[in-house]
Amino acid sequence: MATTELSERPAKRLSAPATKRVLPGFGLSLGISLFFISLVLLLPISGLFIRAAGMGWEQFWFVITDPRVVASYKVTVLAALAASLFNCVFGLLLAWVLVRYEFPGRRLLDAIMDLPFALPTAVAGITLATLFAENGWYGQYLAKLGIEVAFTPLGIVVAMAFTSLPFVVRTVQPVLEEMAPEDEEAAMSLGASDMTVFRKILMPTLWPAIVTGGALSFARSLGEYGAVIFIAGNSPYVSEVISLMIFVRLEEYDFPAASAIAAVVMTISLLLLLVINVWQGRYLKRLQGG
Amino acid sequence: MSIEIQGINKFFDKFQALHDINLTIPDGQLTALLGPSGSGKTTLLRIIAGLETPEEGRIRFSGKDVTDLHVRDRRVGFVFQHYALFRHMTVAENVAFGLNVLPRKERPGKPEIRKRVKDLLEMVQLAHLANRYPTQLSGGQKQRIALARAMAMRPEILLLDEPFGALDAKVRKELRRWLRSLHDELHFTSVFVTHDQEEALELSDQVVVMSSGRIEQVDSPVELYGRPDSRFVFEFLGQVNVLSGKIRDGIMRQGDAWIRLPEGCENDDAQLYLRPHEVRLTQDASDRAHLPFRIEAINLIGAEVRIELKPDGWECEELWEVGISHTEFNARHPQRGDRCFAVPDVGHLFCEHAAEPTTLDWR
Repeated sequence: MATTELSERPAKRLSAPATKRVLPGFGLSLGISLFFISLVLLLPISGLFIRAAGMGWEQFWFVITDPRVVASYKVTVLAALAASLFNCVFGLLLAWVLVRYEFPGRRLLDAIMDLPFALPTAVAGITLATLFAENGWYGQYLAKLGIEVAFTPLGIVVAMAFTSLPFVVRTVQPVLEEMAPEDEEAAMSLGASDMTVFRKILMPTLWPAIVTGGALSFARSLGEYGAVIFIAGNSPYVSEVISLMIFVRLEEYDFPAASAIAAVVMTISLLLLLVINVWQGRYLKRLQGG
Repeated sequence: MSIEIQGINKFFDKFQALHDINLTIPDGQLTALLGPSGSGKTTLLRIIAGLETPEEGRIRFSGKDVTDLHVRDRRVGFVFQHYALFRHMTVAENVAFGLNVLPRKERPGKPEIRKRVKDLLEMVQLAHLANRYPTQLSGGQKQRIALARAMAMRPEILLLDEPFGALDAKVRKELRRWLRSLHDELHFTSVFVTHDQEEALELSDQVVVMSSGRIEQVDSPVELYGRPDSRFVFEFLGQVNVLSGKIRDGIMRQGDAWIRLPEGCENDDAQLYLRPHEVRLTQDASDRAHLPFRIEAINLIGAEVRIELKPDGWECEELWEVGISHTEFNARHPQRGDRCFAVPDVGHLFCEHAAEPTTLDWR
């Protein structure tokens, strides 16, 4: 009797917790999250695609391959690429300085780092345009060197780089902070030069963060409007960005065309982020021992 | 390769981490830097390696001044406390790292590197893990890989920072023996940092005891345990029983306790240090000493029975501890709360007005 009772009891006990989680509220919180995501993200996005789809394939193709629009893709993608590459290098440097060195004003610099996010983009755009204009603080000296920034594609790069710099800094910073200086010391005690330490020890660890930061910076730059239009000059085929094209279509009350172009930009951004995520997941899995 | 350390001073901002360190580490021996945390032992090790620069003083390897030589040119093997294995490289790549980063002229060919890595991994008995990543290894395995990596450059000096600190007791003991036998086989000069006195005494040929940035004593393990130079070394190495009192006419007193000292002791304030094995327990006081106690606790686990004693009618800072054999314990069966007396056989007397301790022998 006693033995059967003993053998039965654990079975009952075990079956009950299997369906229960330790932390409560999973169903409710997941439900709210999904609902919210649907409301503010998925629904508008599908609306956009539906609207674009309503115009028929041929017309859709006609709108998105309009030469002026294609020129704006080129300008935007190239400028965003240049800006995010610049940010990868400069952002890494800033993160390095913030993490590795103690100096007066470090905390202040750390706080200022977020300013491009906090500043209204239009303010950033006007400020940059004033600074880089031919008679501006920077522009007058650059003009002497024959470099024109304001109202050229270069200006677009400057505005994009400015608004998306924090992405790289803020993704690289925590990774750098977590890195143990022992790894570098170990490499040096084995005879590695500074350059080798950077290439073989630091970069493999920082890499994923830099790429993520760069991708975020690129995606943000693709859609940047406020900061760019003030400094871009906006001349057709030369310095018009995609977001401006969308705005132009809206002004013409051509909503389907605007949605079509927007859908293209969004697809590029989504694809890019997805690819980065998958790649990074694989890379990190290897680092953490999969 | 011997290591000579001369007049090293090291500051971290205003804090002086090392005070005028002078030390010679003999060729081919295993030396332990032993001390509590914050004693400067790791800093000294890092200065030897070249990972830290001293404000003053010189370091010489076999007479050659290396003070201004960068860590990468000193050719020492350094094993870090937390192993510092490169996470993004396999075990084999980790071990091969030092060889792979050699300038092209000196670098051995690919097959040669592969062979040396294989030999090293066999030396640490982990050849089967060559293609794993560090995160897939246990602590003991990581430690051995870190060692293999440091040995890859065939250094004549091997420096280890708390090599067994993060491992559990059993693995630690195993690795300790293994390192000892590896050292006996290859005869490099090694220095390791530890805060574990047992580890230092068991593993090394020479122990350097440090406290608050100074060297307290340098000696072989036997000498160090038998004849500590200072109160610090005495207290740091193993359990010790202390009686503080005043010496008057050859008798040291405190409260109800007294000990008749051998001849030749000046009148002074003094402290008598006794190791647990230098004291016997008796039922009655003897004419040699009157040290009354109450038994506070009895611990049966281990080769001896350890008995903790609370002074009765006098005072001491920490409880006394005496070891008796299991046979003696079974014959007498002392109980908690029993009154008993301690009789010293050997003791070490630190007088207030004498620089060096005197060893007393009553037997």
